[in-house]
Amino acid sequence: MKPAPFAYLRPSTLEEALAALAGEQGAKVLAGGQSLVPLLSMRLAAPSMLIDINALPDLGHVTCDEAGVRVGALARHAHVLASTEAAAAQPLVAMALANVAHPTIRNRGTTVGSIVHADAAAEMPMVLRLLEGSVDVASVRGRRTIPAAELFAGPLESTLAHDEIAVEAFFPALAPRAGVAFQEISRRHGDYALVGVAALVELEGDEVVRARLGYLSVSDVPVVVDVSGSLADPAGAALAELEPVDDIHATADYRAHLVRVLTPRVLAAATDHARQRMNA
Amino acid sequence: MSEQIHDVRLHVNGSVHEVRVPARRLLSDALRHDCGLTGTHVGCEHGVCGACTVLVDGAPMRSCLMLAVSAVDAEITTVEGLTEDDGTPQGRLSPVQQAFSDCHGLQCGFCTPGFLTTITAGLEENPDPTEDEAREMIAGNLCRCTGYQNIVKSVLRAAEINAEADAKSKADAGQERA
Ligand SMILES: Cc1cc2nc3c(=O)[nH]c(=O)nc-3n(C[C@H](O)[C@H](O)[C@H](O)COP(=O)(O)OP(=O)(O)OC[C@H]3O[C@@H](n4cnc5c(N)ncnc54)[C@H](O)[C@@H]3O)c2cc1C
Ligand code: FES
Ligand code: FES
Repeated sequence: MKPAPFAYLRPSTLEEALAALAGEQGAKVLAGGQSLVPLLSMRLAAPSMLIDINALPDLGHVTCDEAGVRVGALARHAHVLASTEAAAAQPLVAMALANVAHPTIRNRGTTVGSIVHADAAAEMPMVLRLLEGSVDVASVRGRRTIPAAELFAGPLESTLAHDEIAVEAFFPALAPRAGVAFQEISRRHGDYALVGVAALVELEGDEVVRARLGYLSVSDVPVVVDVSGSLADPAGAALAELEPVDDIHATADYRAHLVRVLTPRVLAAATDHARQRMNA
Repeated sequence: MSEQIHDVRLHVNGSVHEVRVPARRLLSDALRHDCGLTGTHVGCEHGVCGACTVLVDGAPMRSCLMLAVSAVDAEITTVEGLTEDDGTPQGRLSPVQQAFSDCHGLQCGFCTPGFLTTITAGLEENPDPTEDEAREMIAGNLCRCTGYQNIVKSVLRAAEINAEADAKSKADAGQERA
C-alpha cells in the first residue's frame, strides 16, 4: 500500500499556499497527515498535488481570552490538550481531546485538520458544533468565518471551497452558569468511538433551563439536539432526531441503545459540573 | 510524465542523510530503504499498530504517516539511535532496551522498535509511572506475541534503571564535592 504519485509543495507563506491551491484543481492540503496519509496509502485519495502547510508561520497558536479559545491550523491535538488556559476557558475541548486517538497520533494530528476532515466519528467536529464555534478560512478571494452549524455537509464533507485553507478554529468560552461533560464508548481506548455524547447545560438557580446534546458516530454527520423542553426523556427526544447507522463497527440498534445509556449519564455529569462551578 | 524527485536532507540519530526520493516516499520507507536503517518496522502502514514509531524532535510519531519530504526540519531518532555510545561498535543498551532484555519484553521482536521509542519518550514525560500509567503509555502499540504483561514490567523496570542511574550520578557528584 503506497500512495500514487503527486506533486509536492512546501510553501513558506500563506499567500503562496493559497495561490498554489487556487491554481491546481486536484490539489489537497497536508496538515498532520494523520487522516490524509492513510487515505493516500490505501489509494482512497489520489490528489495531483499536496500543499504541505507545516512550514507556514504563525499557525501553531492556542490563545485564550474571555470570548473563548482560538486554535491555529498547525496546533497539534497534544498541544491543545496540554493548554491549561484552554481547559479553564472551555473544559469540553480537553475532555473530548483526551479521547482523540492515542498520544502518538495526537503529537502530529491537528485539531483544525480534524474539524475540516469532518468525520462523523471524530470528537472535535461535534464539540465545535455543540459549542456553536466557528472556523476562519482564507483563500485568494479573501477570508470568511464559517459557523459550525454551516460547516458539516455530509460524511467527510465540509463546506470549505476547494481553494480555501482553514487557518483557525474558535471554541466559545463556557458561560459562568453552565457545565459540560463528554463520554464515549469505543472498543479500545483511543479507537474511534461507536457512540460519543457531549452535553452543555445552563442553570438558573438549581434548575436546568437549557440543555443541548451533541452526538458523534451515531449519524453520518455530527448532530446536536436541544433537549431543554424534554428533560423527562432526553434520550427519546434525541433519538427522534438521530438516524443511527449500521456499519461494520456496530448495528443501528446497538447505537440507539448506547444513546439511551449515555444520554442521561452525560446530562447528569454536565449538570453536576455546572453546580460545582457555581459553588466554586 | 516522469515523477519528480526531491533532494531531502534528513537528520537521523545525529547524522545527516541526503536522500533523493519522490514526494510519496513515506518516512518509514525512506528510513529503511534510503537510509538503510531497518530497525524501524512497518506493520499496518496506516497508523494503527505503532511498529513504525520514531521520535520526531523527541516526540513519538508514526513514520508511516509522515512523508520524508515533510520531515526536513526535524531531528529524527529511530530505535538505532537509542543505543548509548560506550566506545564499542555495538554500543550499550539504553535503559529501556536493557529493561526489555531483563524482563523478556519481546518475543518475535517485530513490534519492539515502536515500543522502545514510545516508552523512551513516555518516561521522559513521566519518569515514575504506576502500572496503570505504564499500560496507558503503551496503549497505542500492538504486540501479537507477548500479551503485554512483560512489556508493562519492562516499562516499570526501565523507570527503575533510570532512577538507579540518577541516584548513582548524584552520589558520584556528592563524592566529588566532598
Ligand atoms: C490510528 C488512528 C486513530 C485515530 N483516532 C481518532 C479518533 O479517535 N478521533 C478522531 O477525531 N480522530 C482520530 N484520528 C484522526 C486524527 O485525529 C487526525 O489528526 C485528524 O483527523 C486530521 O488532522 P491532520 O492534521 O492529521 O489532517 P490531515 O490528515 O493532514 O488532513 C485531513 C484532511 O483535512 C484537510 N485539511 C487539513 N488541514 C486543513 C486546513 N488547515 N485547511 C484545509 N484543509 C485541511 C486535508 O486536505 C485532508 O483532506 C486517528 C488517526 C489514526 C491514524
Ligand atoms: S506501520 Fe505505522 S503504525 Fe503500523
Ligand atoms: S514481540 Fe512479536 S509482535 Fe510483539
